[in-house]
Amino acid sequence: MNRFVRQLLPFGTLILLIAILSALEPDSFLTAENFFNVLSRSGVNGIVAMGMTAVIISGGIDLSVGSMMAVAGMVAGLIMTKDGTLVPTPGLMWIGTLAGLATGLFCGLLNGVLITGLNLPPFIVTLGTMSAFRGICYVMNEGMMFDVPTYTFLGQSTVANIPVNVLIFLAIALIAFFILRYMPLGRYTYAIGSNREAAHHAGVNVNRNLLIVYTLTGLFVGLAAMIATSRTVSAQPTAGVSLELDTIAAVVIGGASLSGGRGTIVGTIIGTLLISFLRNGLTLQQISSDIQLIVIGGIIIGAVALDQMARKRAAENRG
Amino acid sequence: MTGISKRFGPVQALSDVTLAVRVGTVHALVGENGAGKSTLMKILAGVYQADTGDIEIHGRRQVFTNPAQALEAGVSMIYQELDLAEHLTVAENIYLGAEPQGALPCMISHGRMISQAQELSRQYSFDIRPSAKVEDLAMGDCQIVEILKALRRKASILVMDEPTSSLSESEAKRLFEVVRRLRSEGLAIIYISHRLEEIIDLADEVSVLRDGRLVHSEPASAMDIPKIVHHMVGRELTDFFPSRAARIGDVLVQVNGLSSEAGIDNVSFEVRRGEIVGMAGLVGAGRTEVARAIFGVDKRTAGQVVLENQELSIASPADAIHSSIALLTEDRKRTGLCLELPCSWNITLPNLEQIGFRPFIKPGRENRIAGDVGSQIAVKWSSPRAPASSLSGGNQQKLLIARWLLADSKFLIFDEPTRGIDVGAKAEVYLLLNRLAEEGKGILFISSELPELFGVADRILVMRRGRLVGNLKTKETTPEEVMHLAAVEEKT
Repeated sequence: MNRFVRQLLPFGTLILLIAILSALEPDSFLTAENFFNVLSRSGVNGIVAMGMTAVIISGGIDLSVGSMMAVAGMVAGLIMTKDGTLVPTPGLMWIGTLAGLATGLFCGLLNGVLITGLNLPPFIVTLGTMSAFRGICYVMNEGMMFDVPTYTFLGQSTVANIPVNVLIFLAIALIAFFILRYMPLGRYTYAIGSNREAAHHAGVNVNRNLLIVYTLTGLFVGLAAMIATSRTVSAQPTAGVSLELDTIAAVVIGGASLSGGRGTIVGTIIGTLLISFLRNGLTLQQISSDIQLIVIGGIIIGAVALDQMARKRAAENRG
Repeated sequence: MTGISKRFGPVQALSDVTLAVRVGTVHALVGENGAGKSTLMKILAGVYQADTGDIEIHGRRQVFTNPAQALEAGVSMIYQELDLAEHLTVAENIYLGAEPQGALPCMISHGRMISQAQELSRQYSFDIRPSAKVEDLAMGDCQIVEILKALRRKASILVMDEPTSSLSESEAKRLFEVVRRLRSEGLAIIYISHRLEEIIDLADEVSVLRDGRLVHSEPASAMDIPKIVHHMVGRELTDFFPSRAARIGDVLVQVNGLSSEAGIDNVSFEVRRGEIVGMAGLVGAGRTEVARAIFGVDKRTAGQVVLENQELSIASPADAIHSSIALLTEDRKRTGLCLELPCSWNITLPNLEQIGFRPFIKPGRENRIAGDVGSQIAVKWSSPRAPASSLSGGNQQKLLIARWLLADSKFLIFDEPTRGIDVGAKAEVYLLLNRLAEEGKGILFISSELPELFGVADRILVMRRGRLVGNLKTKETTPEEVMHLAAVEEKT
């Protein structure tokens, strides 16, 4: 029962937040346009958070997602503007998109290889690649962005009035949900996060599994990078700054444990929406993004503190 | 302790327990898992607070709201999983939180700490080097460090929870010496153990807990093992070790010249269908390492494993499981269970492929399969979906056994399967070993308890310092001979 309440808590908070914001700003907040705006902004973070959920369940962490997203976008931007014209051709946009996805995949694979091959802690590896990937972005175009004015499909178009990126987010969420719930890959990820030694002794190929988790996360980041690029019709070397903060926060608010073995896709989706609506609400209240950082930081600590208290009580009840 | 009661949520863990422990005695506390021994001791040590009841020490009523107050009043507890900082030295552990001050305030005098630790251990004639790192010590010495820690705090009541569960026989004997010496120094020792032989040997008084009640308390001289068991389970266990009916068939497994990085050297033996082969040896003799080398956990440096006349190439536990080998590890918390995951997941983890859950898991069928195999061996759970952590020790062990039953392996290695589980659950494990043997499986049964090896195994292998030094038919040998083989080198 306690577990159930714990899972309901973020959802309840989300509903409460929406209710408060609706009451405060009925004209600007409570509009379909604003809702789609928030959802569509959630898309980028949400897709990355799906990968982050799996990483955190496995007992790891990926701090490099923000820089990775910038690299993937920059590679795509470089290719799209390769022929020197200001307006990328459809052919180049396709190649650029695929290159962006491949870059994400490769960066994730690199994290995975370093973590499993050299047996290094994920925190250290991704702290290192976070810095390295960001550096690559600045080197690529001397710190300048690439303009891709016609690259609008992923980030700005709609299908049946629903933003395309929201649909992509839903699709990725479904895939991630399915993998974690119904495939051995997901099951093994939980087992590794819960007790890596035990998983190994039960015949789980721990390294291969972790490699797939980090690589898949890279691919999701690549996809998110293309959506972000399309939203701003430009590939920016500063894209994705503090993305790791928002996604880790979403996963933790959604009930995952940073020590591994616990976490759900549904929880993370709620966590992502919670952060997005909070940001949106604070912006509408004309609270600066600097203050927003402080609020988000407080919420992460609060969520984990609540979780710890709930778990301690559960443990005491068991005796 | 008078009239102690404690509830955890809906569970009445203790009801009206009164326990009197006299100065200068060893008071054994026995009972099945979940009988309330640990809860009672945690109340004494200030970890939990009793709902009702009083604690009196040397005639003074005490109320502990935290462990520090209990320590202050002279109650020291040594937990089964020792409480030592592995990377620190013996002296640092003994003086943790009470380090002697150095030349300046806020500084520690390592010299004085070492010499004081030396002094303390000499006073009780322990042979231990204060500057040694705890991680380099044998389990027996770690116990000594815990005891020294308690003595440094001037403990008058020492609670020892299963102190011998991870000790070899010779280390245990040494510990008994220590306990007797502490008793003669005037300490009151509360001694919790599942090993009834040692209780008869060591204790002055025995108290038996059952279902949170104190059912019996008597001087040990008036007790014997059948009587204790009777009080513990409330019934006689006449057939503690089941009779063996398995027919021993042809050779199933051959291990030839096995050596590994973990230090085992040229180990060869075979296991036949329907045979239970026991493995004895002191702690550190390399028994677990043999299991790990066969199962692909440790890297083999030489030798081969042959199953049904086919040489196996095993580089990982996954390979071993594929080759129809199972390993129930000795440490169920560290290498066995994923505690926060559901029971059913723990059972199916190595079996997803075998029960057709690749590429997709079907949760409904999974719970049914796990439920079936669990009820076969009477795992007590609220549901297969409950987390493994919600089960008692014995039931957690059954969960792991259920896992390997489902895997239906041909060769099963059980490493200390009865460690830390109660008498009733032990008997069930023995029955199960028998049943598996009757089904024509081969079993390697590693144990530190000679009585159970003699009660269950057809043959006994003896390990010493990484080498196989004995291969004896159970009927043609004696515990003394096995002990001698296992320990003889230590005496020279």
